[in-house]
Amino acid sequence: MSIKTEHMVLNMGPQHPSTHGVLRLELELNGELIVNVKPHIGYLHRCFEKHAEAMTYPQIIPYTDRIDYLASISNNFGYAVTVEKLMGIQVPERVEYIRVIFGELQRIASHLVAIGTYGLDIGAFTPFLYCFRDREKILSLFEMTCGARLLYNYIWVGGLSHDIHPEFVRLTREFLNYFRPQVEEVNQLLSYNKIFIERTANIGILPAETAINFGMTGPNLRGSGVKFDLRRNDPYSIYDRFDFDIPVGDGRMGTVGDCWDRYFVRVLEIEQSIRIIEQALDQIPEGDVSSAIPKRIKPPVGSVYGRVENPRGELGYFLISDGGLNPFRLKVRGPSFVSLSVMGELCKGHLIADVIAILGSIDIVLGEVDR
Amino acid sequence: MKSSKEIFEILKDEFGDKILELKEDIPVDPYIIVTPDSTEKIARFLHDSSDLQFDSLMVLSGVDDNNPVKTKNEDGTESLSGGTLSVYYHLYSIPLNHKIVIRAVTEKENPMVQSVESVWKTADWHEREAFDMVGIRFENHPDLTRILLPYDWDESSFPLRKDYKNPEFYQGMKIPY
Repeated sequence: MSIKTEHMVLNMGPQHPSTHGVLRLELELNGELIVNVKPHIGYLHRCFEKHAEAMTYPQIIPYTDRIDYLASISNNFGYAVTVEKLMGIQVPERVEYIRVIFGELQRIASHLVAIGTYGLDIGAFTPFLYCFRDREKILSLFEMTCGARLLYNYIWVGGLSHDIHPEFVRLTREFLNYFRPQVEEVNQLLSYNKIFIERTANIGILPAETAINFGMTGPNLRGSGVKFDLRRNDPYSIYDRFDFDIPVGDGRMGTVGDCWDRYFVRVLEIEQSIRIIEQALDQIPEGDVSSAIPKRIKPPVGSVYGRVENPRGELGYFLISDGGLNPFRLKVRGPSFVSLSVMGELCKGHLIADVIAILGSIDIVLGEVDR
Repeated sequence: MKSSKEIFEILKDEFGDKILELKEDIPVDPYIIVTPDSTEKIARFLHDSSDLQFDSLMVLSGVDDNNPVKTKNEDGTESLSGGTLSVYYHLYSIPLNHKIVIRAVTEKENPMVQSVESVWKTADWHEREAFDMVGIRFENHPDLTRILLPYDWDESSFPLRKDYKNPEFYQGMKIPY
């Protein structure tokens, strides 16, 4: 005989330590099993798109810093690339190289937060401290260049706000030499930890087809085994000059596309970013970084969609210009916003504790979800 | 890999007068204008057709075109009314590596566009955002509610419309700035 039971609704958040910000998940439960998850977002909405319509093009750059505040330089990068595409600006070689180096350093810094906090979500405190220790060193390199540790306003349309410090190349090499073995330490501490694997393998499996249909990009898509990276498949800046691999999930600990795969793709990407930075440091030419910055930024009438590979996936800017000094419309396609929409699909049939593991594995930044 | 011209021809053959125009003369991305009452069928075709295979919807954006019609009132004053809202679909095909932009134009008075949620699941939240910010209603959307703004936000107030005025009150409370 089966007894009919009612589903229970449980609120997780808005203030919950492992939701990485202000997010409310409405869980529909059958006992301890998830029937459905409905994310409620918007708690951090800051009207970026509305602000952008009232700003001149250079004024928008500090606002883009705050979209995904763990990868500010990547946001600047995407915005600059988009506006340059519409205006047809060619930036100097030196600028391109510095942008790539900073973009990849930012990717490492951002992945370190993702890995560290993911361990924290699962209950491993130590890797978090190790990751943040190394992230601080990257932030110091940024601080040396532009004076800021979190929100940089560094990459401008047509150039950069500052040239790099004379010591920057040497110190970055020093950092990379120090940092390379640390990745192995993270693996020993967390990736191959039995408890961690038990908590993440075979949890939240996302098949490749579903991932594409839900618009997943970046590590979340590659975790599902799809070899797709904008740096390779739709190259921008000078990424076509570097030699690097695109790591994908292979179901080593369970099934392709589970939480462990998504997590481990990030670890592997750190190593690839180190490779790119080393090549760029070898090739960086001399030159001026501000020669191509236009005096007045006034793009022609038209529209453009520019997209770049952010640490969290495809960051897109859809820009419509009416020929004026401020954009007619600037729409941001944030990777976290899109990734979060798959939560309901991923959580079905899992336990409440797994919601935390799944949410951590898609690595969202609420600042970008809500904009 | 197909150019936007070829994609336009393919769509024109399949859907005839539902496909209005290919706009190529402005930088940077060319786009195809379609009627809002058949976007679901067009989307389904773009997704399934073996020549096109648009499996990825990069972004869906709602835009206020800011083109109201000026009418002179009897007392000499001018008033603005009408105009259009647009939905832009930026599509990409991972296997074939080509892109296209589709634009559906709808009347501002009664903005209604067919939902493409059944074709690309990612459109669900993008359409909710377009509804939330620009006020475009999507036919057959499973849950068309506000997403970024509070659920109790004024029903007829859409911040990204060009004629939006900052409200003086929110839920009866005076907004001090």
